[in-house]
Amino acid sequence: MRTPIKTHCAAFAVLAFAAVTSHAAETLSVVTFGGAFEAAAKKAWFDPFTQATGATFATESYDGGLAKLSAMEQAKNTTWDLIDLETNDAITACDEGLLKKFDKKTLGKTSDFIPGSISECAVASMVWSTIYAYDASKLKVAPSTVNDFFDLQKFPGKRGLRKSPKVTMEWALIADGVDPKDVYKVLATPAGVDRAFRKLDTIKKNIVWWESGAQAPQLLADGAVVMVQAYNGRIDDAAKKDKKPFKAVWDAQVYDFEWWAVPAGAKHADTAAKFIVSASQPKASADLSKYIAYAPPRKDAIPFVDKQRLADMPTAPENFKRAVQINANFWADNADAINKRFQVWLTQ
Amino acid sequence: MPASIHATPPGAQASDEGLASYRSVQRRASMRALLLALPLIVFLLSTFIAPIALLLARSVQNQEVADGMPQLARALNAWDGNGIPGETTFAQLAAGLRQARESGQLGTIARRLNFAQPEFRSLLMRTARAVNDDAPPAWKPALIEIDERWGTPETWRLLKRAATSPTPDYLLAGLDAQVTPQGAIASLPENASVYRAAFVRTISISATVTLLCLVLGYPVAWLLANLPDKQSNRLMLFVIVPFWTSLLVRTTAWYVLLQPGGVINSLLSSLGLTTHPVALIFNRTGVLIGMTHVLLPYMILAIYSVMKSVPPVYMRAAKSLGAHPFTAFVRVYMPQTFPGVGAGCFLVFVLALGYYITPSLLGGAGDEMISQLIAMQTNTQLNWGLAGALSAYLVIFTAVFYFIFNRVVGIDRLRFG
Repeated sequence: MRTPIKTHCAAFAVLAFAAVTSHAAETLSVVTFGGAFEAAAKKAWFDPFTQATGATFATESYDGGLAKLSAMEQAKNTTWDLIDLETNDAITACDEGLLKKFDKKTLGKTSDFIPGSISECAVASMVWSTIYAYDASKLKVAPSTVNDFFDLQKFPGKRGLRKSPKVTMEWALIADGVDPKDVYKVLATPAGVDRAFRKLDTIKKNIVWWESGAQAPQLLADGAVVMVQAYNGRIDDAAKKDKKPFKAVWDAQVYDFEWWAVPAGAKHADTAAKFIVSASQPKASADLSKYIAYAPPRKDAIPFVDKQRLADMPTAPENFKRAVQINANFWADNADAINKRFQVWLTQ
Repeated sequence: MPASIHATPPGAQASDEGLASYRSVQRRASMRALLLALPLIVFLLSTFIAPIALLLARSVQNQEVADGMPQLARALNAWDGNGIPGETTFAQLAAGLRQARESGQLGTIARRLNFAQPEFRSLLMRTARAVNDDAPPAWKPALIEIDERWGTPETWRLLKRAATSPTPDYLLAGLDAQVTPQGAIASLPENASVYRAAFVRTISISATVTLLCLVLGYPVAWLLANLPDKQSNRLMLFVIVPFWTSLLVRTTAWYVLLQPGGVINSLLSSLGLTTHPVALIFNRTGVLIGMTHVLLPYMILAIYSVMKSVPPVYMRAAKSLGAHPFTAFVRVYMPQTFPGVGAGCFLVFVLALGYYITPSLLGGAGDEMISQLIAMQTNTQLNWGLAGALSAYLVIFTAVFYFIFNRVVGIDRLRFG
């Protein structure tokens, strides 16, 4: 479980400390998805930046979405300087003028960035993925494909899924025989949406829904589910740090970039932009993977990543065979409509 | 005392003066009371009433298009709405898109229109990117060339609806209804209807929780009110401590207890009562257990406070006149506790209506309460108009229930201890 109170206290302590020790150094207020990612970002990026520039960080965690940022900008009192965004939020926020434009030139050489990982307002910080995981100590036969997730005969028991049509709809279609390359083409048609729901119907009674990312490994640990959809970093974290016998299934992984951006009304915008540049350098970009299994968004960073560690990454060739990149534009256009059908379907 | 003033005959005038001074004293006293309460009133106005009013106002506001593309909005409002508008409106659309793009409002407008129809967002974005070049001889064919949807009446109808403020659209959407192209109000098809069912579900869960609290709480309140003080105070601790404990902590505790591999299921299977884990969580059972536990103290305290003030003499009298203890209890004692029962039910029901954390942690897919849907519209869909409309219905429903309660029981009966 996440502990926002603790985070706030920590943030307050940092603020108070900064106020006492120095007036000159700035404190960047940074908001991330928290948990293991925040801890990793602190070691890989925040601490080195503090050493180099003296600027400190006050961290806060959120569950994504633009409601708070939007409200701050409307009230013209933005208290965040740096924000960690999902792709669809990064696109929407940029379109709505909630973010500062980012000057690409400050990044230096960018030719080795994965295509699409630098946008008008934001720079990708890492590649993460939605996979499903199982408890190897409880399943005798290891599931290996997304079809196994939907196969109640071979693998009886509950499944954990995020309470959102995103990724779940994609998986349902792939498990129903759609080629991962064509999944958004099919999902764009009403017949495709029906088809996805029909496939989901087959396991509906066995689904346990989760909402916050930290719940996923917890459900698996509690034995509430036999397989759970999760963010790969969380599962890797539970397996490596907490020594849980969790295994990830990479078939039909749905990967996405995570983004750094500066809110339009940020009070320490220049320092925040400098931080983004420093965290995007090849070495720094690779450093994150030491602490959490998320991959750097640029090729020049790969030589800095530990060889063994590379196998836990979404971008490892072995894991990347049937990978799908989430189509943020599709979801920006269709989330309202599909979400509504999803809500109706949930309660039917 | 006016009566004594009237009693003195020569004092018609004196009585008037007395009355006037009495009134001015009264006025000064009430002014002083008002001044003392002023900080609280200002505080409530600025932190509670104003924000709520602003949120509720969003349910009819529709300013996105009017703010970002004012000329287009005026042209659309002047247009009769039949078929497709003329060249001037198309030209204004092109100018408006460019203007909104420059001022950074295009995204907001696109999001607003995407509520009306999927892919309206990308239609606007794509068109806005394309109109940045030199002006063509005629905008109408040029825009239809960019995307043929500009040639369909439905696109323009939705754009006109989005340019009109205030709008009933969000309030209708909150009841799963919409305005059809013919101008009539019609229900949405079944596979797009969410909210009416959610309101019914919210009320039924709240009513069930209220009933459970009453059944469980009444005997406990009776025990507390009738035990000797020392024991009763000790017992009271078991009611008060959970009452003081954070809602989140209690819900999370149930989350741990009710798991398939949790304490309750382990106990049941070790006693040999069950072979498979009983489904206690992620379904209605979990929601009812969690909510009943969280809300039970309100019911107990409300009933207890009334029971404490029921004099024991009536029961003794009833029994001494030959009534069976059970009859005496049902016909003499219980009616005297009804105000407490009413107050407890009112409190529990109204609090349950707005529940959010407990059903979202302990409930399954079929247990979403209206607050969860409001939160989703606010936080992830950013459809604050719809969130405002749903909140308005919730406020109205609570107010109606309050009114009924006040009529039947009287709000002044609401007290603790």
